[in-house]
Amino acid sequence: MTSTKDFFQLKKNLKKDFSAFKNIKVALLADTASQFLGQAIRSVGFENALDLELWEADFNQIERQVFDSTSELYTFNADVIIVFQSSHKLLQKYNKLNSIEQSTLADQRLEDVKNIVNTLESNTKAKLIYYNYSEIDDAVFGNFANKVESSFLFQERKLNYALMTYAAEHPNFYLCDLSSVQNKIGRDKLFQASVYVNTEMVLSIDALPLTANKTVNLISAMNAKLKKCVILDLDNTTWGGIIGDDGVENIQIGSLGIGKAFTEFQHWVKKLKNRGIIVAVCSKNTESIAKVPFETHPDMVLKLDDISVFVANWENKADNIRYIQQVLNIGFDSMVFLDDNPFERNIVRDSLPEVLVPELPEDPADYLEYMYGLNLFETLAFSKEDAERTKLYQIEAKRKMMQKSVTNETDFLKNLEMVSEVNAFNTFNTPRIAQLSQRSNQFNLRTIRYTDLEIEKMSKSKEYFTFAFGLEDKFGDHGLICVIILKKESESTLFIDTWFMSCRVLKRGMEGFVLNTIASFAKENGYKQLKGEYIQTPKNEIVKNHYLDLGFDSKDKYWLLDLDNREEINTHIKLKK
Amino acid sequence: MTKQDVLEEINNIFIDVLDEETLAIKEETTAQDVEGWDSLTHIQLVVGIEKKFKIRFNSKEIQSWKNIGEMANSVLDKI
Repeated sequence: MTSTKDFFQLKKNLKKDFSAFKNIKVALLADTASQFLGQAIRSVGFENALDLELWEADFNQIERQVFDSTSELYTFNADVIIVFQSSHKLLQKYNKLNSIEQSTLADQRLEDVKNIVNTLESNTKAKLIYYNYSEIDDAVFGNFANKVESSFLFQERKLNYALMTYAAEHPNFYLCDLSSVQNKIGRDKLFQASVYVNTEMVLSIDALPLTANKTVNLISAMNAKLKKCVILDLDNTTWGGIIGDDGVENIQIGSLGIGKAFTEFQHWVKKLKNRGIIVAVCSKNTESIAKVPFETHPDMVLKLDDISVFVANWENKADNIRYIQQVLNIGFDSMVFLDDNPFERNIVRDSLPEVLVPELPEDPADYLEYMYGLNLFETLAFSKEDAERTKLYQIEAKRKMMQKSVTNETDFLKNLEMVSEVNAFNTFNTPRIAQLSQRSNQFNLRTIRYTDLEIEKMSKSKEYFTFAFGLEDKFGDHGLICVIILKKESESTLFIDTWFMSCRVLKRGMEGFVLNTIASFAKENGYKQLKGEYIQTPKNEIVKNHYLDLGFDSKDKYWLLDLDNREEINTHIKLKK
Repeated sequence: MTKQDVLEEINNIFIDVLDEETLAIKEETTAQDVEGWDSLTHIQLVVGIEKKFKIRFNSKEIQSWKNIGEMANSVLDKI
């Protein structure tokens, strides 16, 4: 989340105790002086419970550090490498070119970037963050620059577009949107000439907090600190007015009163839902009344279909959010609660401090811009399944109902008619696997996270065997829900490098089905044993006894399974042909 | 605002930027007298003073002051 402190306030964080936070090594390479940016990034890290250990190259050393494989950059062994090539320096370069060369500036710079990225990728495992270009209008052509390919503005915009296209195809390369920082605060605030002339810094002191926040938002997302769910209050948050008092004809939405503000807000929530954020409702209302606008009001953008869990009653909101959390089975720290009422916000903050509760502005007209500014929904991947997540959770709610009516667990599982599709990693499932790898916290034995690129490499390697499991039942398709990566450790032993599973499918016997599958694979290929490991994290307590429960024997800190003397585990899941 | 008022405000900004509660500057204080007053600190002091008094210094001024007194005179010229 975006902090609102200024640089001087933020800097006070530098003297605080970071020792409880996760340590991440961050290398910062810039073609201008970057000391303040480095301090701001570390300070904002503190606000996000991250110990960002910064290493900065001397300024204008990007190429030397990248292309010399013995450089300090590689010795530092960063988890994240930030490359900041400024538009200011790009303009200086442009100034020295003739007009034909000027027309190829964007292409040339893109080639330079690709070289840097390729070299970094072959020498490190770090994730790469690259700042896009904040526009400088040198006013040589005036508005006509938009029609002249050799103008700086033309080239700069072309370059930003080309960088996006490149980033879309390049999983390990992330753009930090400096251009949008400038859009937000304006060129005059982003750049202060006297600071630049005196220090070689192209970001003003006022621009540092927002730039650092943008950067740390990305780093947080890389470390699986993602928001997955937004919980909405209804009256005066989703629509104007009080449905129970005003009635469905009089709530403000669409063209009535300040309805525009709520309509646009709902469109935004709908876009979030379409990109995979779960939307839940938590409202103090009578349920049947609260649902009426969703069912009948023509101007409602959000429909009941968009809501995964709908809770409207007169209970305490914190308890209701606990209930929503149970149904969804996601962490409280991945939930955002939006409510116009400060009293409700405080109750939730007090009882559930991990839930993020933004301090919504008083005027609903300001909601949207305020939420844009917080930038809460950073992500590192986007796949087709994201768009379908709402449906999955609605189906899950129906399953929970059936589970209540069937008393016998075995009968319940039998009745589900489960089938599982098993595939090796391929180009179709790689994005989803990478995303689950970034996202899975609870049912994750070792919590080693892989990017698209690493997953692609493993799928081609002879040292690894990969499995992606899907699960369907009579209510619907869960999609891809479990991933296994086996690593050849010796002629006789396969090591379970990765085993993570979506918590949506807990208690279905999926663990047994997965083990049966990989054990028979291993046996057919001449291996004698499987070797597993549990690495404890604050979140994966539920799989502490995973290997014990599946019949593995403990040895040193590992778990071993003898393949010649094991019995198939009984499950109610069939292999999908 | 008197020169003394300006000096007091500047002193507060110094304390804030250098994070040194007991710092007491005088008109004749120079960069050599204050530990940690390097070029990076200098620009933070400048921006801090600019914000406090809602003024802007030009690049030449920023490099021209020989001591705090001259800094304060620049502020007084602008407010």
